[in-house]
Amino acid sequence: MIPAAFDYIRAGSAEEALAALAEHGDEAKLLAGGHSLLPLMKLRLATPAVLVDIGRLDDLSYINDAGDHLAIGALTRHRDVETSALVQSQAGLLAEATSHVGDPQVRHRGTIGGSIAHGDPASDLPSVMLAMRATLVARGPGGEREIAVDDFFTGFLETSLGDDELLTEIRVPKMPDATWGFQKFNRRAQDWAIVGVSAIVNNGNSGVGLVNMDSTPVRAAGVEAALAGGASASDAAEAAAEGTNPPSDLNAGPEYREHLARVLTRRALEAAGR
Amino acid sequence: MEVTVTINGDSHSHDVEPRTLLVHYIRDVVGLTGTNIGCDTSSCGACTIHVNGESVKSCTMLAVQADGQDLLTIEGLADGDVLHPMQESFRQCHALQCGYCTPGMVMAAVSLLDENPDPTEREVRIGLEGNLCRCTGYHNIVKAVLHCAEASS
Repeated sequence: MIPAAFDYIRAGSAEEALAALAEHGDEAKLLAGGHSLLPLMKLRLATPAVLVDIGRLDDLSYINDAGDHLAIGALTRHRDVETSALVQSQAGLLAEATSHVGDPQVRHRGTIGGSIAHGDPASDLPSVMLAMRATLVARGPGGEREIAVDDFFTGFLETSLGDDELLTEIRVPKMPDATWGFQKFNRRAQDWAIVGVSAIVNNGNSGVGLVNMDSTPVRAAGVEAALAGGASASDAAEAAAEGTNPPSDLNAGPEYREHLARVLTRRALEAAGR
Repeated sequence: MEVTVTINGDSHSHDVEPRTLLVHYIRDVVGLTGTNIGCDTSSCGACTIHVNGESVKSCTMLAVQADGQDLLTIEGLADGDVLHPMQESFRQCHALQCGYCTPGMVMAAVSLLDENPDPTEREVRIGLEGNLCRCTGYHNIVKAVLHCAEASS
């Protein structure tokens, strides 16, 4: 399978990438590690006229301790996130979930920013962002802006990033004492999750994000509310599918996904010590 | 677009279409056909090579992305007639049946041991989750990787 033809621009800096986006608008797509975009292009489900390769912007690959949060450059590869001692100690849920993305080859190339900006409800990392209440930083022609994760995922493979904006940084609150659980249910190793759950409990506050339970990554708000009200893990998990609209595909229909969401949420909460 | 890469220590330069996949470049342009194309959807791992020392599925990378990078394919693993220890372990442990997945499996296994020189059996199985063997010959493949790790320690 070969992608449709496109013009290729290799950006030497974030400014060059933004200039290319400004010029080509919605005709252009950003290429980071390529492990979400290239498969879609090979299937001709995506046919951008222009590819702006940001894969060499090494200054956007970093993991920094920024006081109350970790600042992770959007082009940091999954492999670097999962093996980072800083991420492991301050955001263990993110390190664990990242180690379940794809397979080792995918994690050598794929980037945290690429995975999140792709906005795929079947991806693992958006659920972590929701559970940990991350902040996404975007750079555009007007400068930089912060986007709360709850305002980021707007539709199927759509985010609130503008056509002229570049996701530059992911800010994850430091939670060294948090307990957490990550559950991913699939039939074969390396498959996408049929359903997945990220759950974290930090200082009595809980966050629960769901994988593949709607057209966007979604928060299990009912579970969080039940936990805040003192419910047990198993009682709170009963609310896992509330308000969701799960997809139907070869692997599972909506009812089965709702069942999985409840079971996996309970397991994730139990792993988190609830 | 002009692309220059180092493959198995040799420099190659060609003018390629931006949409050329790296695996097609390696096989059809450079003529190194040891790297196989299996699923073509980044699932099976048959096309695994090393880019700057790390395992990568070459069907999910553009040749233009590899410009200036250091690539290693299965042809570059042996030292002349002396097999790489992983190849030797695959031979010793009979870790191949039809052989189609073998180049990718070997390249993934070498990368795995580079990152984790002394893995448990479970770590080997998880570390090779990106490579499929349709003969289902996993048992001896895992044995070969463990054998290689032991022989190298």
